[in-house]
Amino acid sequence: MNPARKRKLSIILFLLAGLAIAVGLATYAFRQNINLFYDPSQIAGGEAPVDVRIRAGGMVEEGSVRRDPDSLKVEFRVTDYASSVTVMYEGILPDLFAEGQGVVATGHLNGEGRFMAEQVLAKHDEQYMPPEVSKALEKASARAEEQGAKELPNY
Amino acid sequence: MFPEFGQVTLILSLLLAILLAVVPLVGSLTGRDSLQAFARPLATGQFVFVAIAFAILTRAFLIDDFSVAYVANNSNSLMPWYYKFSAVWGGHEGSLLLWILMLAGWTLAVAIFSRRLPSVMVSQVLSVMGMVSIGFLLFILLTSNPFDRILPNVPADGADLNPLLQDFGLIVHPPLLYMGYVGFSVAFAFAIAALINGRLDAAWARWSRPWTTVAWAFLSLGIALGSWWAYYELGWGGWWFWDPVENASLLPWIAGTALMHSLAVTEKRGVFKSWTVLLAILTFSLSLLGAFLVRSGVLTSVHSFAADPTRGAFLLGLLAITVVASLTLYAFRAPVVHTRVRFGSLSREVFLLLNNVFLMAAMLLVLVGTVFPLIASYYELGDVSVGEPFFNLTFSPLAVAVGLLLGAGIFSRWKRTDGGFLARKLLWPAAVSLVVAAAVMVAMGGFKPWAFAGVLSAAWVAVATFQDLWLRSDSRHGRWHGLKRQSRSFYGMVLGHLGLAMVIAGASVASNYGIERNLRMSPGDQTEVGGYEFRFAGVGERQGANFTAQVGRFEVTLDGRYVTTLYPERRRYLVQGNVMTEAGIDPGLIRDLFVALAEPVGENGWAVRVQYKPLVRWLWLGALVMAIGGFLAIADRRYRIRETSASRVKQSPESSSSSTGRPAEAGA
Repeated sequence: MNPARKRKLSIILFLLAGLAIAVGLATYAFRQNINLFYDPSQIAGGEAPVDVRIRAGGMVEEGSVRRDPDSLKVEFRVTDYASSVTVMYEGILPDLFAEGQGVVATGHLNGEGRFMAEQVLAKHDEQYMPPEVSKALEKASARAEEQGAKELPNY
Repeated sequence: MFPEFGQVTLILSLLLAILLAVVPLVGSLTGRDSLQAFARPLATGQFVFVAIAFAILTRAFLIDDFSVAYVANNSNSLMPWYYKFSAVWGGHEGSLLLWILMLAGWTLAVAIFSRRLPSVMVSQVLSVMGMVSIGFLLFILLTSNPFDRILPNVPADGADLNPLLQDFGLIVHPPLLYMGYVGFSVAFAFAIAALINGRLDAAWARWSRPWTTVAWAFLSLGIALGSWWAYYELGWGGWWFWDPVENASLLPWIAGTALMHSLAVTEKRGVFKSWTVLLAILTFSLSLLGAFLVRSGVLTSVHSFAADPTRGAFLLGLLAITVVASLTLYAFRAPVVHTRVRFGSLSREVFLLLNNVFLMAAMLLVLVGTVFPLIASYYELGDVSVGEPFFNLTFSPLAVAVGLLLGAGIFSRWKRTDGGFLARKLLWPAAVSLVVAAAVMVAMGGFKPWAFAGVLSAAWVAVATFQDLWLRSDSRHGRWHGLKRQSRSFYGMVLGHLGLAMVIAGASVASNYGIERNLRMSPGDQTEVGGYEFRFAGVGERQGANFTAQVGRFEVTLDGRYVTTLYPERRRYLVQGNVMTEAGIDPGLIRDLFVALAEPVGENGWAVRVQYKPLVRWLWLGALVMAIGGFLAIADRRYRIRETSASRVKQSPESSSSSTGRPAEAGA
């Protein structure tokens, strides 16, 4: 093999090795950090895994927000108007967090079916709704309609 | 009447853009100078009409013309005039108009500053810019007309600008960012023009270098301002969230950085030509991808424009046309003959190649992390999101590696570098950076591997840069003479690299040693963060132009000595009823102190976020230094000298003929 080819080969091998390391690192990190989204109906139906980092979201149920008077612990229910799930959080809620608004929380589900949130995101302007939340609401209302349609013949 | 006039001027500029895209190109291909001569007037005309449209929209904002839907949705008569002005680009339609104004501006700039380029090249570059303009003008006219009216029921007042955007940051952040995004269209146009006429040579690289550098400098400033704005305005005290829209601006920035370096190799050594062209296409495509991600409403993001599927489809189409057309052209016209230029395995060429490899790897990681959720949701693999840890885990090692490579690359020579020479040069950087990194660990009180790697890498870059400067400025006539002898583009490079070192240092120290405490405090309470005592003195009221605010008072002391008093605010904006947190920040070169007043908790209590952020300013200062480096580099005399000497060569036949003609005239 002449020196020029040898050099080229060594460069190529070097690049491939770098690429392999990068891809390996990336896939590893990727697997660890993909968070699936579950809506309240899926969580209530037991579809969501326990103790795995996931995201959950929906509308904050009216009258469900309860704050601990001495710390930043807060508890609220998130609903898609078909089912709802209790979310526990300790920390500062976003400015636009309010009852009846759409939120997406990242965290994990504990054994008792409560969602332990590490982070809560709320919508940040009047017109905006997180796409996951609007999808979850659509799905829930579609299911409700379907059930409604099935029940119709009874009447 | 005026808004309709604005729409007409937009249509006129579309017509001019179509002419610009066709006439000079045809002229350049058929060799007809008369057609090529249209390029500059058409570029000017297009800019003038877009500027008129922009001025008309601005006027509508300033005089509170709420019959225009866009004004009614994004402004309010209570807002101070400067926010009315910046509200012009506070929403989708207006920011798109700003984008188009910048595109027309860049086109005009190319027309003005390329007097000395061959007219074929200028015609083709301007034609390609015209094609890009057509795309965006069609986009604004068909899907997002800012001049739509609400008639006959004109609202009495506007819906107000999102309070988050009522800030100095928004006045400057989008224009700078767009200057960068759109500026890459010039590098793209040069690449396409070079492909069309097959002139992929050192001259082409030299012409596109300053344009790429200046666009990159604007983008750096824009991104840094966005990060700074998020830091003080969102009230979380974070400076980078790996939010998809932030990523959308980072992608072209990384690709543009790679492009700048690859262009340097192509200019100096005539290699990597095909790769450079590909990078130019990629960089601009990533700018378009960014526009698509932000404006199509497909993302869950802090930044959002109200979703509209037709807009997304249009932009995706624009992106697809750009990519497919330019890659097809590339496939047919990219140089197939390999240049016989040799370089050794430790040469500067190889270091810059590795720089490109690492930057591309980083870009791909960010791209995958940003786009994967979209693809997954499109193919119904579930609604996923890629968490911050993915980016931190994969981006940090690459950033550190880029730094280490850069420090070594500074001493490399073109063609070949002696290994022993390089190793001897790197002794100092290695020793000093190890000491600095260890010292920082001790000062911060704790060893953290990523902080160590980051500081090491940053110090390595800084020391290598200064050492290089020191060695180069060695002169018989004294140090000062040696320093003055260096070119502006060399100083540009020095600042660019020092800026990067500052950003790496700031990012690793701030994210590893920053302290954040969220707690419930009542007036009179105290807390300690990072050695500082924060005493919550009380809450007052304040009346703003269009908001009322509750203002907290925090007295900060260090070891009993008074440091500062911070006044975080919790504002309620009257029109939309939104509540916004305005953090109280004590900025410093070494550390920031940050207090944000969140919601009231219980009786008399407040949720308070207190943060100690060491070196966080270095992030933005570093980006500023980088950008200054970029602007300095393009002010290099080299670009002017070569241009004038080239023009002298070109003009000499004419001038000689005119000089021979003159005596004859005189004689007659």
